[in-house]
Amino acid sequence: MLDPGILFAGVLNGLLAGGIYVLVAVGLTLIYGVLHIINFAHGSLLMLAMYAVFFLWRLSGLDPYAALPIVIGAAFVFGYLLYRLVIGRLSHGRDENILLITLGVSIVVDNVALLLFGGDTQTVTTPYASAFVRLGDAFLPLPKIISFVAALLVCAVLGVFLARSDTGKAIRAVARERQGARLVGIDVDNIFALSYGIGIACLGAAACLLMPTYYVTPSSGHAFVLVAFTIVVLGGMGSFAGAAIGGLIIGVVESLGGLLLGEQLGQIGISAIFILILLLKPSGLFGARQ
Amino acid sequence: MTRQDLLPALALAAAIVLPLVAPGYLVDIGMLVFFLAFIGQSWNISGGFAGQTSFGHAVFFGTGAYTSTILQITFGWNAWLAWPAAMLAGAIVGWIIAVLSFRAGLRGSYFALITLAFAEAFRILANSVSFTHAGLGMLIKADQRAANFQFRDPIWFYYLALALCIVSLLIAWRLTRGRFGARLVAVRENEDAARALGIDVFAEKVKALTLSGAIAAAGGTFYAQKYLYIDPNIAFGVDKSIEMLLVTMVGGAGTIFGPLLGALALTGINEATRALASVLPALKNVQPLSLVVYGVMLILIVGRLPDGLARLYQRIHRNA
Repeated sequence: MLDPGILFAGVLNGLLAGGIYVLVAVGLTLIYGVLHIINFAHGSLLMLAMYAVFFLWRLSGLDPYAALPIVIGAAFVFGYLLYRLVIGRLSHGRDENILLITLGVSIVVDNVALLLFGGDTQTVTTPYASAFVRLGDAFLPLPKIISFVAALLVCAVLGVFLARSDTGKAIRAVARERQGARLVGIDVDNIFALSYGIGIACLGAAACLLMPTYYVTPSSGHAFVLVAFTIVVLGGMGSFAGAAIGGLIIGVVESLGGLLLGEQLGQIGISAIFILILLLKPSGLFGARQ
Repeated sequence: MTRQDLLPALALAAAIVLPLVAPGYLVDIGMLVFFLAFIGQSWNISGGFAGQTSFGHAVFFGTGAYTSTILQITFGWNAWLAWPAAMLAGAIVGWIIAVLSFRAGLRGSYFALITLAFAEAFRILANSVSFTHAGLGMLIKADQRAANFQFRDPIWFYYLALALCIVSLLIAWRLTRGRFGARLVAVRENEDAARALGIDVFAEKVKALTLSGAIAAAGGTFYAQKYLYIDPNIAFGVDKSIEMLLVTMVGGAGTIFGPLLGALALTGINEATRALASVLPALKNVQPLSLVVYGVMLILIVGRLPDGLARLYQRIHRNA
């Protein structure tokens, strides 16, 4: 049987990892909630943002946390343009088309990254990378605590933005009732592109928070895409609270799965949850009934 | 014989005669084209004709590859005998996934994602359990005799791939002529309307994925026998799933010759980038470049040419 101390540390580490997952999944669920598109390129775009963080650090010595505003801004513009120029224009509004187009985008992004950056694993080294905070028996890496807090902060800002600002209200209006929003004079196409941009901006934030403790390769996107979809499906497609709680649950499941089943087999927890939720309760834990 | 039959007949004659005089590497490329067209056709049956887009067809391919390999290595079966067993395993996995997913009412993107998750679960399992030799992969002992489904002369793999490709084309042709295929197309175009016509939508989709699973599994065994090695990433990796989807989507989903055209295009692009790389030594990595081209083609075809290269061919043909 596992020592309770190890279990405690496992749960805490899982929660900390879950914070980043929340950030990745919130972007995905926003894009789904508004545009009803399954953004298969989500993982690949996260990978791209991680490379942006890496090169900013490598070329100008910019700390990943200091890079937050730059990468968030750049990711927003990239997402906005990607929607305007490619996804929106070519999808003709059919959801399977969008799925295939975002798949195409992910293939292109992954392989361009492989061509330009090579297949090597890249990491950022920071002075605080190995700093720890001790909590009972658990040693928690400081960067993970920072990223956890920052991730929740970004989510909170996003929540306030959606609830209070005019643009946020327009986004929610479009998500709820597309035709009605058009009728009251909201530029729906622009809201689509904005929402996609915001979703990708969340990835920019996630990339900055990930890089101090994580590595990036051109295939990093693969590792995140199924995780992000599992969280979104678990929480209910389009539900923010669901994405938040789902992210934390998946973080813990992954951490405990690794402890109980070993490094290799432990990863199966994510796929198993994904399959079971889709088969048994496709609306997710917090999703609205369709 | 009409003019329409002439082209396929000439192509077939060329496919049979040319490898006898062509250099070895061209024979290998030809083998690859027909093999890709074959596994692409498996995707086409469920993804193209029945309209159930899958992102995880590697689950069937890998099931076939592992079933026949385990039967040979662990249980001492003859490879030819293991082949139908592998197809049966692929059919069973297809049936199970179909029954579970379609009973839960999954369609469109949700079905695509759950197939991806199944393939991923199989990959992780194959990477962890001992009877698949985990991450080490499985090496089939080389004993190059036709009785072992191993050939000394690669031309036999070429002819076998050609035969498989022809069989898959005949199956697709049957689908465009028979009632089963017509029902699948009805399901693809509008499930509710199909149901109103008295079609058992659930049963038809299950049949399509079962058949598709058996064919993909046959491709898995062929791959294992040709290269005599498989591991979890080769067998169940997302790359294989994407490859099957790509050749079909680019060539023309739901058409007879779509997967073959797509396989020709993919292999052609591959060889063109290889040639480019020999001129420009800076291009060390050839595979990603051709995939970039292919990804762009996928985006453009979904957006501008939903029926793929097959339709382009028809258009040009009609205008001529």
